[in-house]
Amino acid sequence: MSENLLEVDHLTKRFGGVTAVNECSFTVQKGTITALIGPNGSGKTTVFNMVTGYLKADSGEIRFRGEAITRPRPADLYRRGLSRTFQQARIFPELTVEENLVVAAGYNSRQLFGRRVSDSDRDRATKMLGEFRLETLAQLPAADLSYGQRKLLEFAAVLMSDPMLVLLDEPTAGVNPVMIDAMEQHIRERHAAGVTFLIVEHDMQLVMRLCDPVIVLDQGAPIAFGSPDQIQKDPRVLEAYLGS
Amino acid sequence: MKFAITRAGLVRAGVFFLVLVLVPIVGGPGWLLNTLTFTIMYAALSSSWNLIGGYAGYPSLGHVAFFGIGAYATAIMFNGSVYGGYAPFLMLPVIGIGVALLSVPIGWVSMRTRADVFAIVTITLLFITQTLAFNLKEITGGAQGKSVAPAPFDVATYDWPFYYAMLIMLATAMAISMYFRRSKIGLSLATVRADEDKAHGVGVRVTAVKLIAFAVSSGLVAMVGGVWAYYVGFIYPQFAVDPLITIGMVLMAFLGGRGTLWGPVLGSFILVPAQEYFAQAFGASQLYLIAYAAVFLVIMLFLPRGILPSIAERLDRRRAGAAGAARDNAAAQVAPMPPSEVKVVR
Repeated sequence: MSENLLEVDHLTKRFGGVTAVNECSFTVQKGTITALIGPNGSGKTTVFNMVTGYLKADSGEIRFRGEAITRPRPADLYRRGLSRTFQQARIFPELTVEENLVVAAGYNSRQLFGRRVSDSDRDRATKMLGEFRLETLAQLPAADLSYGQRKLLEFAAVLMSDPMLVLLDEPTAGVNPVMIDAMEQHIRERHAAGVTFLIVEHDMQLVMRLCDPVIVLDQGAPIAFGSPDQIQKDPRVLEAYLGS
Repeated sequence: MKFAITRAGLVRAGVFFLVLVLVPIVGGPGWLLNTLTFTIMYAALSSSWNLIGGYAGYPSLGHVAFFGIGAYATAIMFNGSVYGGYAPFLMLPVIGIGVALLSVPIGWVSMRTRADVFAIVTITLLFITQTLAFNLKEITGGAQGKSVAPAPFDVATYDWPFYYAMLIMLATAMAISMYFRRSKIGLSLATVRADEDKAHGVGVRVTAVKLIAFAVSSGLVAMVGGVWAYYVGFIYPQFAVDPLITIGMVLMAFLGGRGTLWGPVLGSFILVPAQEYFAQAFGASQLYLIAYAAVFLVIMLFLPRGILPSIAERLDRRRAGAAGAARDNAAAQVAPMPPSEVKVVR
């Protein structure tokens, strides 16, 4: 069964005279780990920002779970099951590690008046921290974490709301090789649990062993789509990356 | 668990308020109660401002508009009679709730901007309110001002009701601050202050918490304004919507430490008496304003984040020296990480 979780249809974004994303169309099927790759400046992060509501598209349509998102807003999308991480591991440094998870768990307006960290919040956070082996750090300010730990924390936090689709923006950039393996393992575990991923990543070895399918973006539009094997043999991809 | 109600915290608050409750009863020089009333007034204003300016990170410079509206509300309602003397106090919750509701659309529009732009937008609120106070002559009396009917209190203890009313306002503002910190409102506000865009991205109800903080903060400030108008007895636009009041409440929170419970109180208890002292020492000249500014500059130079956060940071650093080894051990146990990774980027 192939169900389209996310459909991006003729999306365009211009910054002044530069067309960062040009009539870009692709789909992310449910249950996949889809990669979005391409040379620097090919528009990957811009696409991410439009899909998650951080940037308004000039034209085009985005459909999530079959419904058109006419006014994409990050908080609405998050509550509907689409969450993302940022390239620079954005966490809340003043909050504790545990609070970083609690705040992302999603609560309704009435819970706003309830306790900062309730017992059930703590249980859920502890469980998630256990999975990520961060439980000993729960009560530390997030500012005390290393960069790699912050990346893990940000990833763990967006999982707190049981999302259907997670967009990861360079999850392994700037972290050491051991941490890359850990991150890969966490992605695989969550994928096995039913979460769909769309990943922007520059580590080609990781992309080729983890992702299927792979979408290649160049100058704001997809130039190739297929399995890692197909992509690696595609002359257009080689040309885009190496120049001709 | 830094937001838990600890025994030390309760003792601190208990002693602080007990001393202040006892001051009028014990007595002292004649000027003391008057100065303390204004000090506590600023502590209450600054603590209320801190809800939006400190915890949410939205530095409003227009809060004196709400102070003025509360003052005028009292003056207009009790222009002819104060009905036994306590009616203006009993009316305060109504003023607070009314102004809080009024502030919601204002907050909704102004908080679409951030940081310095927000500060400028809220300054315009101050001047709009002042202009309205001047020009709605039928209601406000225009430049002629408006008086509250004299309070029928005994001369010997005349200041007491106003003093205690201000003290109750301070206690209320601090209790609400404490409640914010211990609830998800405070947790959400902390994310707004740190990184509002990211907060949206993890589903935080950003607009709702900002408006709650703005409305509660404005309502409290208006109630303090109501007490003040009754105390001073006569108000006019430049006096009730005075930029110096806005600047006062903001400076005191900055000085003591924004986003802390005791910071605004500490800032007020330093700056208000200092201002009074300099006004005495330098007479009627404007020199006292320079001395006042100098105190502020010196403290900000040495403790740029405000007194309490700077001290807390120093204590932390000292403690971290001792606990550092233990922490590194804990971090090292988080398995997939060689020692080189542990220390990196801040």
